[in-house]
Amino acid sequence: MIRQIQAVHPLPDWRNLGVVLRVLLGGNVLALAAALVQSPDLRGWPWRFVEFAALVEPVLLLTLGVVAGIRDLLWKMPPRAAQFVVVAVAACLAALQSDLWNWLGLTSGTFLDALRAALLAAAAAILLLFYFTLRLRAISPSMSEARLSALNARIRPHFLFNSLNAVLSLIRAEPRRAEEALESLSDLFRAALRDPAERVPLSDEIALARQYLDLERLRLGERLRILWEVADVPLDEAIPPLMLQPLLENAVYHGIEPRPEGGTVAISFSRKRDELVIIIANPSGGSSHVRGNHMAVANIRERLALYYDLEARLDIEEGPENYRVLIHLPCRTHPHP
Amino acid sequence: MPNTPSPLTVLLVDDEPLARTRLRELLSDIAINLPNSVAGEAGNGLEALEFLKTTPVDVVLADIRMPGMDGIEFAGHLGVLVDPPAVVFATAYDNYAVQAFDLNAIDYLLKPVRTQRLLAALQKVRGAQRPSGETLTAIGREMRGGGRSHLSCHERGKLLLVPVAEILYFKADLKYVTARTREREYILDEALTHLEQEFAERFLRLHRAVLVARDALAGFERAAGDEADAYGWALVRGVPDRLPVSRRQWAVARALATGG
Repeated sequence: MIRQIQAVHPLPDWRNLGVVLRVLLGGNVLALAAALVQSPDLRGWPWRFVEFAALVEPVLLLTLGVVAGIRDLLWKMPPRAAQFVVVAVAACLAALQSDLWNWLGLTSGTFLDALRAALLAAAAAILLLFYFTLRLRAISPSMSEARLSALNARIRPHFLFNSLNAVLSLIRAEPRRAEEALESLSDLFRAALRDPAERVPLSDEIALARQYLDLERLRLGERLRILWEVADVPLDEAIPPLMLQPLLENAVYHGIEPRPEGGTVAISFSRKRDELVIIIANPSGGSSHVRGNHMAVANIRERLALYYDLEARLDIEEGPENYRVLIHLPCRTHPHP
Repeated sequence: MPNTPSPLTVLLVDDEPLARTRLRELLSDIAINLPNSVAGEAGNGLEALEFLKTTPVDVVLADIRMPGMDGIEFAGHLGVLVDPPAVVFATAYDNYAVQAFDLNAIDYLLKPVRTQRLLAALQKVRGAQRPSGETLTAIGREMRGGGRSHLSCHERGKLLLVPVAEILYFKADLKYVTARTREREYILDEALTHLEQEFAERFLRLHRAVLVARDALAGFERAAGDEADAYGWALVRGVPDRLPVSRRQWAVARALATGG
């Protein structure tokens, strides 16, 4: 539910590392610009900035702390009201800080100075909110593009037709297995056609991956061996849909199919502090069809960036024996309203 | 009705067991219209060539994408056989290969295969013209993004396959191209320039008449006197042979060998 609001809400996820970094950078760039305007010559600029930073940094950090704290509350408010709250928080904190400085005797300002600080902070907050709104608009079209390219890259036609062929050959001799295979195939395609902006529980992704690998086992038989390792992971953690299947498809297509003797695809899920770590390993394919490989990986990287900004990452380890894809996802248990 | 000829013998080549089962079923379905019998099954091109050494067949139904040796390369090696079978390719989805087949009028089946389509392909297969080895080599190279996995060699009426990975160097003599592996030499029916193009990543030209596997290069020696044809010599890992290096290739080859 939260995620659906977030999709249209102009306020970003204040607890996202990328968002925090952008706010800090934006605040400091504004301070830098203000210092340039105020300083009489270029040599005075860095000093002026240092003076400003002493004022700006505490307000910036405090504001971030507060809005991160009330993030879910903000998402539930109407967009305009939520934006107003953020601006008000920044302004109040700036005014309070100015007051505190006076009280400590560090500065000798009046009520008007506090008002000036509040106005400056509000202006900076408005500028940053404007930036996030623009960024959201810029991302939305690429979200739908990513969706299209994801659909194209996802299920290989090679896999579809070979699976259908395998099912056809089962119909006469083993109708039961043919039925099961067709059911799995339809689940897989339903998942592929789902709105990629929605998230799914990790358990659904794992179930889908199993169905996919069952279909591959049907085709490849003994040549495909599968090793699952699901440690203590939060199975209801919401993750982007159809992330595992394209990577498993790569593992089978590049790591197993080119080898007459086949091989093992190993999938492991584990939790490291606040991170969910997914590892998919397959034997390095001795062959040269690498073309499609990078596409799926690039595609998933892009989707991870859209969902998690800087908080998730995908690494590739390419050894002489093994090819491994490592995914790190931030793991949070969402407060369900 | 004319008196029926002996049934068409068929070899099924596919790496997926269920795909072979499916073809068997379809072949028995069309047996009334076209008498046929399945002579055997193979999981890839290498197994199929091995099978054909002892059991000749009329037609091979070959999948394109298979591990070990793909269907296109398999068909290319058939040209060395005395009485090669006809080949009908089957593919689930290989855009490039399908376009190339259309362009070269090579018949193929799309998987899942339809009964009528299989019947039509088998009915006209005996009269069909065989695609040339060069065409198949070109299609295969484009499709798999690399050269063949094996080279074929005809020796005393037998087909020998030489894994490209085991070849240390190629040497062109007046009449032949020979390939040297650790064990022995093979005489090939290939042109050195074609081999150079096909295996550009693996082999390096040392001389007008010599290609060496990059990872087999062990070292270099300058020619002592003024030997007519060689500016220097290359040493090859695992065999005592010295290969001539031309003046033009000397710097290139040395840079590659030392620089990795």
